[in-house]
Order: sequence, then C-alpha cells, then structure tokens
Amino acid sequence: MRIFDPHIHMTSRTTDDYEAMYAAGVRAVTEPAFWLGQPRTSAASFYDYFDSLVGWERFRAERFGIRHHCTIALNPKEANDPRCAGVLDVLPRYLAKDGVVAVGEVGFDSMTAAEEKAFARQLELAAEHDLPVLVHTPHRDKVEGTRRSLELVAASGLPPERVLIDHLNEVTVDLVADSDCWLGFSIYPDTKMDEHRMVRILADHGLDRMIVNSAADWGRSDPLKTAKTGRAMREAGFSEDDVDRLLWRNPVEFYGQSGRLLLDPVDADQAATFEGNSVLRGQRPE
Amino acid sequence: MTDLRDKTARDRLAELIDEVTATPARIAVLFPAVARAVARGPADPDDPDGLRTPRVEDTARVALLRAAAQGWDRASLVREVTALYRHGDADEKRAVLRALDHLDLADAALDLVGDALRGNDTRLIAAALGPYAARHLDAHGWRHGVLKCLFTGVPLAAVSGIAERGDAELARLVEGFAAERRAAGRDVPDDASWLLDRLDKEN
Repeated sequence: MRIFDPHIHMTSRTTDDYEAMYAAGVRAVTEPAFWLGQPRTSAASFYDYFDSLVGWERFRAERFGIRHHCTIALNPKEANDPRCAGVLDVLPRYLAKDGVVAVGEVGFDSMTAAEEKAFARQLELAAEHDLPVLVHTPHRDKVEGTRRSLELVAASGLPPERVLIDHLNEVTVDLVADSDCWLGFSIYPDTKMDEHRMVRILADHGLDRMIVNSAADWGRSDPLKTAKTGRAMREAGFSEDDVDRLLWRNPVEFYGQSGRLLLDPVDADQAATFEGNSVLRGQRPE
Repeated sequence: MTDLRDKTARDRLAELIDEVTATPARIAVLFPAVARAVARGPADPDDPDGLRTPRVEDTARVALLRAAAQGWDRASLVREVTALYRHGDADEKRAVLRALDHLDLADAALDLVGDALRGNDTRLIAAALGPYAARHLDAHGWRHGVLKCLFTGVPLAAVSGIAERGDAELARLVEGFAAERRAAGRDVPDDASWLLDRLDKEN
C-alpha cells in the first residue's frame, strides 16, 4: 500500500510517528498551515512557522523517507485577530516557493466577517499564484459553513476541480458532491469520521474526487488512519487498485495541479544536517 | 539539470529580468520561483552545496536581484533585500548573501551576515563570508566567522579576504582551536594548519 497523506500536521508529531508512517506505506504528505493549539499574537510568529514548513519539517520528513509538501495561508481562527492580519500581505512570498502545493487551510471557524474577508482574499491569491485551494470546514454549524464556503468558491471564479473541501461527513458530503469540488474526509479516533463510516460513504458515492486524510495534529489523532482506511476498504470488498486510487493517485492528482509536487523517492540519509542540526542528536557525523 | 549555458534557461532568466526591471516589486514572488522557472544544480559537481562556487540558481537569483536593484534607492534596496532574506528558505537566503557585494548597500546589510553566522548551516556560513563581509564586517566578527568555518567544516577556499584581513589575533584564535583538538587527541583540520602557516609567514 502506498500512501500520500494529504493533510497532516507533522510539526506536532514525533520521529516515532514518521517511522510508523513509513512502515505503513506513507511516502508523501502535505502539511497545511493551521493554528498551533495556542493562538499566535503577531504576524512574525507566522513567518517562523512558515519557515519551518518549507525548511526544517521538509528536511525532517526526508530523513524518514517521506516527501513533505505544505500549504500556506492565514487560517480562519486567527483571521479574527487583527494583530495577525499583516500575514495576508506577506503570503505571496511563500506562495511562490517550491513544495508549496496549495493555499490553505482557508475557510470558516466561527462564521465571522473577518473570516469571510480573509477567505475571499486568499481565494484571489490562489488565482494569482495558480495554486489549488484547501478549505477547512468548521466544527460548529458545519452545514451552514460548508454551504457558505461553496458560495464563496463559486463567486471567486476558481474552477471547482482546483478546490478541496475538507473535514466532510455524512451531512455535508452531498452538498460538496454536487459542486464538482474535491471531497476531503479526516479520519479520527473519536471525532470527525471513522474508517468504517468512510467506507460506507465510498460505497455510496464512489471514488471520484474523494480524498482521505488523518489530519493528525497535537490533539488526539492517529497518523496511521489512512492505512487503516485502506484496510477497512479491502475488508469491505474494494480492490487493491481502489485503495491505491484513494490513498495515492487522487491526492497526487489534486495537488499535482500546482505543478510543485516533489515525488522522486527520497535518499534517506540520516546523517544529513539542516542548518547544522541533525535529527540524530549527539551523533553528528565526523 | 540544466544550467545557464542552456538557451531555454537563459531565455527564461531574461524574461524574469525584464519583468523585475519593469516592476522591481515583482521580485518578491519571482526570486523564490527562480530554481523552478530557470534552472537549478551545482555549477561545480565537486561542490554540490555551492560552498566555493555559487550554484546555478544562486547565479540566476543574483542576476535577478541586481536587475531589480536598478529601480530602487538605497533605503528601498535595503528594505527589500532584508525582506527577501527574512522570508527566504535556505536556498534563497544563500543567494541574497551572494548578492550583497554586487549591490550598493554600504554596510546596511551586515545584520544579514550576522544572522547567517549565528546559525550552523554551512551553506549560509560560506555565502556570508564572501567579499561583502571581507569589506564591511568588523575585525572581531570576521575572525569569528573564519573560526566558525574551521569548526563546521566550511572550506577556507570559500572565504574572501584572508590575505588582506588575516592577522596575529586570528592566528591566536586558530592556534587555540588547534591546541584544543590536539589535547583531545583529534586531528587538526588541514585548513587550520594551512592558515597558521600562512599567518606565521606574514607576521
């Protein structure tokens, strides 16, 4: 099983996770820019975070044989803090970089005017930088948030096939299926979706434009949920080719629209250093 | 790999240069895209990280920054060069450091050299100790930069100005480094011995 996890926050995960992911078949990931569990208080805090997404985390993943990409954006939660608004003016510098494969996560958190303004502006930036878009749908008032997100996407003029609407479930899947956008599902231990419910959605809707991710982060989550979904599919009668399509070819097709995927196999050299720091602490090569 | 001898790469670079010449602010998004838009790779296969010889994309980025600089006064130039470095990934930071000596900055970009010398990325240390640092960095900072090369394995062939700036105080620092290595039963790097010989003859 080869796996591209199209949404995972590796900054919050350990090297044990990287090893377990590789063993389960994960060979590439995309790490969307989001919040860190604790609010940032300035734009400069975002810059250091973005720098780690295009620098240190990419390097760290490669040490474990995994290609790391990222998406860059001002997330909806922090779009509400005027101290962070300056980030929008600096985003173009990051949206121009190699390995940045979409604008995201954009979308709604609490359905405020500030969130909508940042969302609309970042849809424009996606058009300007010829990048796909990753849309986060909210935990609260999800149906209305999903519906309004689709309206903004339609108003932006972006082709729907360049937009992925994420964190869907049984009550929002039909809204997005009718829009021609891609459909993302985050498989979690106890919230969002689980792998068995996911398999039922796949049985009902097919595999077109379907994306499955672990969305693993600093909360209770599981970076192996992509592999577990693949196994649940096989148990339910889906073929190996179906699993490969869902877990590899679909995310490659979506993010490949950026022209910036880095999918050649990694020559995992654990002795390499990034800015002088090896992930092998205290075992620096002489 | 393509390089700048390739006509397609040269043509693409010429297009980018035309674009920043017309609108210098475009460099904010064109500078990061250079490797993918023009070419990338080592200019010298024996120097894959571009420590001694700038990589192909470094050379292209320097050319682009020089073109944009024509459209700015000193204050704007300092502001934009600083921003390209601040928001650059390691490749972009290296190219900014390589460009400093080609730009009319006087000593206004010394903070960038200091940032690079505080880190441990050998690619940035090498690029930071080029002609710009040889010309502008104070004696203490420059000597410690050279010493850091010996610690981190940056070849001294990457450092500009050793003939002009090497002095007795640098010799004292390098001798202290060599003495610690010998006391620990470790080899003294060839570059340290070479530098000590050279400074000894001069002083």
